Amino acid sequence: MENDQIQNFDKSQIKAVVIGGSAGSFQVITKILAEINPKFEPPIFMALHRLKHVRNGFIEALSIKSKKTIVEPDDKENIKRGLVYLAPANYHMNIELGNKISLSTEEMVNNSRPAIDITFDTASYAYKNKIIGIMLSGANKDGALGMKKLKDRGGFTIVQDPKECTIDTMTTAALNITKIDLILNTEGIIRFLNTL
Amino acid sequence: MVEDIEINDLRNLCQVISQRYDYDFSNYAMSSFKRRVLRIMELYKLETAFILTERVKNDSVFFKTFLNEITVNVTEMFRDPSMWRELRDKILPNLFSTHETIKIWHAGCSSGEEVYSMAILLKEMGWENKVKIWATDIDEGIIAKAKDSKYTIKNMVEVNEKNYIRYGGKFKLSDYYKESNGLAVMKTELISDVTFRLHDLVKSGVFNKFDMILCRNVLIYFNQQLQNEVFRMFHESLFNYSYFIIGSKETLIWSDIANKFITVNQEEKIFKKVKE
Repeated sequence: MENDQIQNFDKSQIKAVVIGGSAGSFQVITKILAEINPKFEPPIFMALHRLKHVRNGFIEALSIKSKKTIVEPDDKENIKRGLVYLAPANYHMNIELGNKISLSTEEMVNNSRPAIDITFDTASYAYKNKIIGIMLSGANKDGALGMKKLKDRGGFTIVQDPKECTIDTMTTAALNITKIDLILNTEGIIRFLNTL
Repeated sequence: MVEDIEINDLRNLCQVISQRYDYDFSNYAMSSFKRRVLRIMELYKLETAFILTERVKNDSVFFKTFLNEITVNVTEMFRDPSMWRELRDKILPNLFSTHETIKIWHAGCSSGEEVYSMAILLKEMGWENKVKIWATDIDEGIIAKAKDSKYTIKNMVEVNEKNYIRYGGKFKLSDYYKESNGLAVMKTELISDVTFRLHDLVKSGVFNKFDMILCRNVLIYFNQQLQNEVFRMFHESLFNYSYFIIGSKETLIWSDIANKFITVNQEEKIFKKVKE
């Protein structure tokens, strides 16, 4: 099944990747960023649950082993190829049409700000079928609905193998409500991205 | 469940509102504006964009509700505590070294949490008689709420109190409110001298000159073109050598007025006007 999916899927069309994660995802993200091809072109948007009141430190921690540059975008920042965008503390990160990021301080979604649902929803609206959504370990249902919207709009969906997840609530929630194209462990996700 | 709505539906809605009520939402940031509209449709069980647009057009009472829901009124006391410390320890003392009294504008004051943060800061420093505050918002309902000054205990304890402690306030935040029926009722004498005023950043324009304007996490709901226009209005509303403060992830580097300001504190997004 894995091979069929990959064969039917036009990798050259991919213009962006969006990743969601919560409890237990930090090590996975770190490993992905350490082992991804540094020349990986599409922008990567990351909505990760984090402490609301701690503005500094997270990006530095993620950057230690990263081969890619990670930024917390300002509002209305232009999206550049090759960069990794991390949703800032206490803001939702929206991907806009016209190649821009906007931030918002609306109500928390699923008890979260940044909310994974919001980044997945807006990113898939902007990139339609040219995006890959990846859901990692986490302890609530945030992101499941966003994954569904991404799939409905023609995007490609991957979840971290629930057996490998520290906490599998988030990946299981995504699997329950939408069709997931691939279930991969961390190594598999890295291999997949590096073949794009 | 409400269906997704298209950009054309939103454009149409904006046009109807503009013709009927003289508010212009056409340059609001698309993602959040769309989400606000969908939220209203869910809340009031309006199944299509057409039904919503007709309702807005024909029901001016409903439009007030719409206005209240479309604007984002999520705010905190002492949001970004380090910014408030910077105001207390550097910016305000600096202003008072050359000014007997100063004027401050909270633009987009929402339910008043930021006004209270300022009022508490000033009171604790003994500066309350040196400052005149204006607080404005586009939404009459939310201004009434700010004046009413009742907040949920949950927010007060879980968000505001924690921010206040991180800010390093002199007392306890609970010294400034009383609990009643599950609500935190603020001591409104803190804001009795504040001038609240209805003001639409898009249309109302300059109404006074200020020594400090705070407009934090408001312009993020506008697109860049509109942000640029509002930045110009703020520039015009500031005295030379006065301060402009925006949200921690906002920027004015790309705007027309960028070269008329210097950065005082990049981390806290505090700017100083240096050119007319």
